Amino acid sequence: MAHDAALMHDEHHHEAPEGFFHRWVMSTNHKDIGTLYLIFSLTMFFVGGAFAMGIRAELFKPGMQLMQPYFFNELTTMHALVMIFGAIMPAFVGLANWMVPIMIGAPDMALPRMNNLSFWILPFAFCLLLSTFFMPGGAPAAGWTMYPPLVLQGGDAIAFMIFAIHLMGISSIMGAINIIATILNMRAPGMDLLKMPLFCWSWLITAFLLLAVMPVLAGAVTMLLTDKFFGTSFFNVGGGGDPVLYQHVFWFFGHPEVYIMILPAFGLISEIIPTFARKPIFGYKAMVYAIACIAFLSFIVWAHHMFTVGLPIGSELFFMYATMLIAVPTGVKVFNWVTTMWRGSMTFETPMLWAIAFVVLFTIGGFSGVMMALVPADFQYNQTYFIVAHFHYVLVTGAAFAIIGSVYYWLPKWTGNMYSEFWGKVHFWNSAIWVNVLFFPQHFLGLAGMPRRIPDYNVAFADFNMVSSIGGFLFGASQLIFVGVVIHCAFFSKKRAPARVWEGARGLEWTLSSPPPHHSFSTPPVIDDSVLAHGDVLH
Amino acid sequence: MNLMRPSNILRAAATFGALLASTAVLANPVPWQMNLTPGVTDESHAIYTLHMAAFWVCVAIGVVVFGAMIIAMFRFRKSRGAVAETWSHNTKLEFFWTLIPVLILVGLATPATIMVRHMYDSTASDMTIKVTGYQWKWRYDYVSYEGKQVNKVGYMSKLAADSNRIRQLDSGLDPGSVSDHGFKDYLLDVDKPLVIPAGLKVRFVVTGGDVIHGFWIPPFGIKKDAIPGIINDVWVKVDKPGIYRGQCHVLCGQDHGFMPIVVNVLPKAQFESWLAAQESKAALDKAAHTAQAASAAPIVAQH
Amino acid sequence: MSQQGTYYIPHGSRWPIIAAIGLFLFMIGAANWLNGNVGAGHVIIAIGALTIIGMMIGWFGSVIHESLRGTFNSQVDVSFRMGMMWFIFSEVMFFGAFFGALFYTRMFTIPILGGEGSGALTNQFLWSGFAPAWPTNGPAHVGGPFGVMPPWGIPLVNTLLLLTSSVTVTIAHHALRANHRGRLLLFLALTVMLGAGFLYMQGHEYYEAYTNLNLTLHSGIYGSTFFLLTGFHGLHVTLGTIMLTIIWLRCVRGHFNREHHFGFEAVAWYWHFVDVVWLCLFLFVYVL
Ligand code: HEA
Ligand code: HEA
Ligand code: CUA
Ligand SMILES: [Cu+2]
Repeated sequence: MAHDAALMHDEHHHEAPEGFFHRWVMSTNHKDIGTLYLIFSLTMFFVGGAFAMGIRAELFKPGMQLMQPYFFNELTTMHALVMIFGAIMPAFVGLANWMVPIMIGAPDMALPRMNNLSFWILPFAFCLLLSTFFMPGGAPAAGWTMYPPLVLQGGDAIAFMIFAIHLMGISSIMGAINIIATILNMRAPGMDLLKMPLFCWSWLITAFLLLAVMPVLAGAVTMLLTDKFFGTSFFNVGGGGDPVLYQHVFWFFGHPEVYIMILPAFGLISEIIPTFARKPIFGYKAMVYAIACIAFLSFIVWAHHMFTVGLPIGSELFFMYATMLIAVPTGVKVFNWVTTMWRGSMTFETPMLWAIAFVVLFTIGGFSGVMMALVPADFQYNQTYFIVAHFHYVLVTGAAFAIIGSVYYWLPKWTGNMYSEFWGKVHFWNSAIWVNVLFFPQHFLGLAGMPRRIPDYNVAFADFNMVSSIGGFLFGASQLIFVGVVIHCAFFSKKRAPARVWEGARGLEWTLSSPPPHHSFSTPPVIDDSVLAHGDVLH
Repeated sequence: MNLMRPSNILRAAATFGALLASTAVLANPVPWQMNLTPGVTDESHAIYTLHMAAFWVCVAIGVVVFGAMIIAMFRFRKSRGAVAETWSHNTKLEFFWTLIPVLILVGLATPATIMVRHMYDSTASDMTIKVTGYQWKWRYDYVSYEGKQVNKVGYMSKLAADSNRIRQLDSGLDPGSVSDHGFKDYLLDVDKPLVIPAGLKVRFVVTGGDVIHGFWIPPFGIKKDAIPGIINDVWVKVDKPGIYRGQCHVLCGQDHGFMPIVVNVLPKAQFESWLAAQESKAALDKAAHTAQAASAAPIVAQH
Repeated sequence: MSQQGTYYIPHGSRWPIIAAIGLFLFMIGAANWLNGNVGAGHVIIAIGALTIIGMMIGWFGSVIHESLRGTFNSQVDVSFRMGMMWFIFSEVMFFGAFFGALFYTRMFTIPILGGEGSGALTNQFLWSGFAPAWPTNGPAHVGGPFGVMPPWGIPLVNTLLLLTSSVTVTIAHHALRANHRGRLLLFLALTVMLGAGFLYMQGHEYYEAYTNLNLTLHSGIYGSTFFLLTGFHGLHVTLGTIMLTIIWLRCVRGHFNREHHFGFEAVAWYWHFVDVVWLCLFLFVYVL
């Protein structure tokens, strides 16, 4: 009973505390909090997606049919803010909450109560943000990049948007601190850093990115706040400030931010592919170094978002070179994934399908990224739909696909039931097809000269916009299948899941029952390298 | 996806052929257009070539990577009795696929660097025009022409009235109904275009009047942000007279989508007479204005 | 890595949700206030602030009780330390944004507006006659003429105050390690007073700036960077002083012993961080 003594103060620590409020709102349990994060994220994905449907509907054909131009800008802005801060980031934190402690043999996150606070700030932050739709002057409409002076023309919404972003920042920072402390301090004896699953590695590094840049975003929006309400002149040239200053500060946050949204995805894919290739990940160490390298580079490429603001030629060239360099470590990851499949023994369950789609489609998004890194070419691409296509390939078929794939991968572990393989595949094939109908034509639109952030366009752009919108509606509708699959698996599925759900799966998470006990490990597990995916450090 | 790419390229090439067919089309977007316009300046041509080079590099890498994946997916599937190997690294391989991308990137960066240097060099320009973005129209002020100051030639240029009528919410009017020389110019037409001479190096000094706007003319391959309080300069040398169209590329508020840029490139001689006409007109206006002011003065005094 | 055979997990707590609600109310209040409904704003801000204060008392209170009951094993202690360390790191980055603004405007924007480097056209077409200089309130002289704080007056005094304070806090720490209770309480008290002194002087400085120097938030980029940098630093000093006071009370209560005093160390770290930030401020805002 030694460890019972250690797990003190919890009257009933072996099973979840009874009582809804006590279990879900006062929770200190990493699994419950992870579940909350994931549910929140899915909700926000639908909210942001609904906005996107509004965008696609207005762009369905030339001429203004549905909304005033200003409202269109509100949709664009809120779509991005909700998707980035509400859907993608919380999803990754949710997955980290659920899996990291289990993967490293910890009982829970290092700071369980702060973990709960990190989550509960989010719903309130998004109440603030979404409430702006009902305010005089409407929601923020200056794009998710919130460039001054334009953003300062906004109405009541601006103050609420800025405070909402402060709250999201606080939440992410506490979340990052928690993950760092968990990984550095809570690993079971024998779980060396270089034996950790790559998902833990990717999150460890992502957490440092978060700590480094979220405060900078807070600073940037704080300057917006004082410029609007307290008469400062940070971004007003008359007073000696400079709108370009904002862009530098924002993108110093913004670029690492986009890697914050992809590095954990890299980690997830590096878990899924070896499992279904039944072969250890190729170049484990190279994968770790590649992530670290990408993270480092992400701090010195921010101005590739500013090639047309009139930077001195020296900066243009430096940021072009640094940006292109990122293709190298990212390439290493892609090649390693492909080589992991090579001479494996592959099966194609739903998670594997999402992972394979990720590798292909993310790479395509990366390619357009490298094209945009070429300064002269970016003079044509900048602020066109070519960029919109780029970042949806890396964000939707990148980040979002990885998240969905890993949900399929771990759902049986979480719920103890198998999901419906059939409906999972239906969901996958619909998504994979329609997402390309949705976003691939946007490359053409951009190259043909259609700017982004416009509610109406010349008739020459009509055809591909219609194609894109149709793809959008069908891709959106396909996501309803996902909800069906998840609900069925959680509440109705009769098929029980074994501890080791997938034949090729390695790692501590598969040594626990499905679903795992309320407190994953009450005493540090004895690590047997042979059950680990990367037990042999040499590989 | 990867299967889609080659077919795209064919279709793109086809459209591109059509593009080259006529200069009128060259300047404007065409339905189903899939690729960048090569444009009409040396710079835009260079950009186009760089763009295609980068594109083909990506296609090539894509074919290798995705090809390998497809082969793996067919050959190494459990259902075909494939047994998994246990090896998980190969230093030589990893070295080469780090090195080769570096070389490829150097190959792309070198021409890009040369081009940037060239495009940033706005010295020795033959004329200067100040371009100011306002919510939501453009102002063009002619500063100097072949060394001489231009006096008081400047005007606003905003979305053409017919396009503006059609783009109102539920106007019920057909965006396809407006056209100019056969080009359906909905939202790409203005009341008073910017006029520049052919064959001369024209320097634009670009700024913003209220918020940040963007001065972008795809057929010229130029794009510069118009930032309030800051001047950015960018230059073009267009040899082929004609009408060329662009748009404001930086989100600048509700009518960001409705402040196009239309440039009328005239042969040098024609341009000079146009400029002269503008100058004398400006002078006349001024005279009339002062006269009016004088006559108005006493009346004002009475109040 | 866990030094002991077992893990510790705290039981559920209602404080996190209360904290979230408190922050939420505070933000709503602040936004309303900024948007002009001052009355409602103040009320909601007050409610939010009270909720947050109450939460902190409650939350830290319960943590203190647990630690006194010795429920935290050394692993939990390490987690706390990491938490504090990386929190301070994020604070550094927050200040980094404002220092970045200062450096950028001084080194790039102002020279450009003055026609140096790539700014020739900007100066010629828009701001002709503006000569680059620092301090400045920009070519439009936003906020009118203003004077600046001489570094060798109040700022120097403040520097000395803070420097001594981090010496005293270190002495107090050694005293705690050496079980010299009297010296601990004395030097900790001194630290608190020095912090309070700093705040008094800064209040005085701001008063000076507004009344005699016409140096305000409206004084262009100089006023903006000056007040946001020193202001946010001042906030941190205030917070630090409050925390030191609480730690002092806890020492009086004898909460800490020579090996078990994370609370003390956390606040000491924080205090040193505030100190370092000030040194940068003194150098880049006042002296240079
Ligand atoms: C998950 C998010 C994510 C990711 C991972 C990336 C990845 C990359 N992005 Fe992207 N980007 C965004 C999200 C992302 N981006 C967003 C949201 C915007 C718009 C912001 C806004 O304005 O609203 C943007 C905008 C953006 C711009 C600005 C365009 C403009 O505004 O004018 C640029 C320019 O350089 C760029 C470049 C890149 C590059 C080089 C990569 C690289 O990391 C890609 C590297 C990957 C590969 C290259 C593929 C795999 C590699 C190989 C197979 C090896 C061999 C390949 C070669 C040698 C080419 N991105
Ligand atoms: C972070 C991730 C992320 C994700 C997941 C998405 C997902 C999508 N995005 Fe978005 N997007 C951004 C990030 C993201 N986006 C960013 C950063 C911008 C830039 C903003 C700016 O310029 O400031 C942007 C901008 C942007 C634009 C350009 C707007 C403009 O420039 O004016 C468009 C236009 O097509 C678009 C479309 C879509 C679509 C169709 C999806 C789809 O994938 C969404 C699919 C999901 C759903 C549809 C929800 C689920 C289904 C329902 C809600 C049921 C009801 C629907 C039906 C029955 C059809 N996005
Ligand atoms: Cu002007 Cu966009
Ligand atoms: Cu970027």
